[in-house]
Amino acid sequence: MNPHDDKALRDLLKQSIAPVRDTELRRDLWPQMLQRLDEAQPVRVPWFDWVLAALASAALIFFPGVIPALLYHL
Amino acid sequence: MDLLERFAAGDLEAFEVLFRQHQSQVYAWIVRIVRDSGIAEDLTVETFWRIYRSRARFDPAGNFGAWAYRIASNAALDHLRKSRRETELPADLAADPEPDSAVQRETRDRIRKAFAQLPPKYRLVATLALIEDEPYEKIAATAGISASLVKIQVFRAVRMLRKQLASLGIKDAKS
Repeated sequence: MNPHDDKALRDLLKQSIAPVRDTELRRDLWPQMLQRLDEAQPVRVPWFDWVLAALASAALIFFPGVIPALLYHL
Repeated sequence: MDLLERFAAGDLEAFEVLFRQHQSQVYAWIVRIVRDSGIAEDLTVETFWRIYRSRARFDPAGNFGAWAYRIASNAALDHLRKSRRETELPADLAADPEPDSAVQRETRDRIRKAFAQLPPKYRLVATLALIEDEPYEKIAATAGISASLVKIQVFRAVRMLRKQLASLGIKDAKS
């Protein structure tokens, strides 16, 4: 590309699309960042919920007779 | 353990320090590409989110700033790809054109439209090289490509622009 042509096109572009002058960040973005990090956290199931689920599963396995009664009450 | 090692190990406090150190530069880089302060803020957060997610791949002996710029350029490029059909170039942050400009308003609008039609990767390098006057080497470093490839992309962008402008009946310096 001819450097003269390049400059002419640059000038034409800059008359239409002026360079950005205001590049200053006006606020701290850390709060948004923290929010983004929180949203991405996997849902944590408390340990006692796991224990409860394990006990319920064990009860159903060792005492299958309770299943119809359980279904009846659901 | 130094800051970058702590960050790579997943220390949130180290990440916060790095975020606060680099957020302004990353924002300033992105806003010059996307030309909208609100979008640039969102993309700055997106950039650091990508940085945080990739922390395990970061080499603590490396240059965090250069890595952040590269991820910021990718985030901005992804935005240009998504918004290509929806948006023209926002002008809110741009300096006002000179009042005695020879280029009339309608012509300026056409040029802006022609520029917005460029493929995103060409638009990114053309914005930085032709409008923001960034050196090819810096664009290359931030885009993760060689300076000669940046040169080629700018050349292609200029050729496409000339073609577009010619079809709109706008003559720039003859190629």
